[in-house]
Amino acid sequence: MTALRLTVDGAERHLDVDTRTTLLDALRERLEVTSPKKGCDHGQCGSCTVLLDGRRSLSCLTLAVAQDGAEVVTAAGLGSPDALHPVQQAFLDHDGYQCGYCTPGQVCSAVGMLAEAAQGHPSHATDDLEADPELTDAEVRERMSGNLCRCGAYAGILAAVQQAAGAARAEERA
Amino acid sequence: MRELAYVRATSPDEAVAAVAGDPQARFLGGGTNLVDHLKLGIATPGTLVDVSRLALAEVEGTADGLRVGAGVRNSDLAAHPVVRRDFPVLARSLLAGASGQIRNQATTAGNLLQRTRCVYFQDASTPCNKREPGSGCSAVGGHDRYNAVLGASEACVTVHPSDLAVGLAVLDAEVVVLGPDGERRLPYDELHRLPGHHPEHDTTLAHGELVTAVELRRSPVARRSTYEKVRERASYAFALVSVAAGLELADDGTVSDVRVAWGGVAHKPWRARVVEDALRGEPLEEERVRDVVAEELRDATTTTGTAGKPAMLAGVTARALTRLAAPGPQVEEAGR
Ligand SMILES: Cc1cc2nc3c(=O)[nH]c(=O)nc-3n(C[C@H](O)[C@H](O)[C@H](O)COP(=O)(O)OP(=O)(O)OC[C@H]3O[C@@H](n4cnc5c(N)ncnc54)[C@H](O)[C@@H]3O)c2cc1C
Ligand code: FES
Ligand code: FES
Repeated sequence: MTALRLTVDGAERHLDVDTRTTLLDALRERLEVTSPKKGCDHGQCGSCTVLLDGRRSLSCLTLAVAQDGAEVVTAAGLGSPDALHPVQQAFLDHDGYQCGYCTPGQVCSAVGMLAEAAQGHPSHATDDLEADPELTDAEVRERMSGNLCRCGAYAGILAAVQQAAGAARAEERA
Repeated sequence: MRELAYVRATSPDEAVAAVAGDPQARFLGGGTNLVDHLKLGIATPGTLVDVSRLALAEVEGTADGLRVGAGVRNSDLAAHPVVRRDFPVLARSLLAGASGQIRNQATTAGNLLQRTRCVYFQDASTPCNKREPGSGCSAVGGHDRYNAVLGASEACVTVHPSDLAVGLAVLDAEVVVLGPDGERRLPYDELHRLPGHHPEHDTTLAHGELVTAVELRRSPVARRSTYEKVRERASYAFALVSVAAGLELADDGTVSDVRVAWGGVAHKPWRARVVEDALRGEPLEEERVRDVVAEELRDATTTTGTAGKPAMLAGVTARALTRLAAPGPQVEEAGR
């Protein structure tokens, strides 16, 4: 067992883990932080996405011991029921889910993706690699392609992410 | 999963000593491949030596190009302004791979050293010479859609899965490696190998050799380069085939230099040298590209699942090169 310190949704947490424990299992099974979901456990679905030191990451493909000292933000830590994060609100506004299983991962992924786009990161859908990317629907689809939705709520997810992107742009201008 | 010790290395030398001295030890980068293999029971190291936090995560300018640290995350490398301007094939090949999340975690070295996605390699209950030398190859006569068409052996018919590996193959790259006896450099082309009788070795690296950097030289073909990938869905899928290409045109419009490499074709990125040699000095014409691709594929072996690969390669190679040749904003700028 290895002693570990993590900041999870703003709270400092200490735990002893077996070295083979993934960050996802440490969060869900040891710390009872259940908003990141286990869809595939092999990096293929995105439902375990969290913000790890600020960047969207798959918690099923990293060992908890490798993240000693890290700051983890899950969808539950982004906002509260009375003060939703703009991305959470956008998913509600646009019905960006059906069963909701993929949603915490979608929300974290969208938050991370919008930050990447704001920093000018290109994507596979970007025509001009040297220009600042514009979040067209094709760009959003490509950038969110690491999050599968078994219910097929993609139309709502796209609309939600576009609303949040618009809000983020408006804030930037203000 | 067997019991596992975890060590966070504090220097490259310490990491090399820890792995070189222990046959059961392995380096850990972003973990996106190796952690999966632990779960699948197809990698059973006794110790993981984490090299992802070493000071190897910088992209630095050199006199004639760039030095990319082994620990640079795939997303950061693809977003680097010099990579986007001078080595577009590098950015494009990275961005064609995996997902935004995985690219935030994956490292340069880990990406190049990721192992095959062959379904039999990943299934510990089936024979696989790469996983267990001498056990046989289940992919011969099995699920064959992703199999090699060039350079395969009786022992192994799989391909290298990395997109970045194919993109780098058209650049003048060198791999910097640290071993117990110090540093050595190898031309990028010598990093990966064909399977022959030893498919258990993907590369020419010895156990305990740490990749510390990849170095790139600027050139006109690097500047005018691109990457195209054919896959079964629009995103987040491995390549059926892929093409990395770089082009330099003379003032009279003929090809003065050209580079082509293919993914999804062989156990290593396949430099299409027959294509390159044939196109140099000629005007670039689509039909001619298709013909010389067929020449490069003269010794190709296809099965039912891979029967479409030659046509895909012809089409995508022709498209990549003709797009690079078409005058556009980047091209004019590159010519200035
Ligand atoms: C669902 C899914 C889809 C994917 N799709 C694609 C795709 O389309 N295209 C693509 O190219 N890739 C794809 N990938 C693979 C992904 O790119 C790799 O998993 C990733 O690049 C590996 O990097 P890492 O740093 O996480 O490596 P790790 O998993 O940490 O390591 C991989 C290997 O490299 C060794 N290693 C790591 N660092 C060093 C070093 N410095 N020196 C020597 N050895 C080292 C490790 O020992 C291990 O053997 C996909 C992965 C998943 C899970
Ligand atoms: S559970 Fe992590 S990607 Fe599916
Ligand atoms: S809402 Fe059910 S999986 Fe996405």
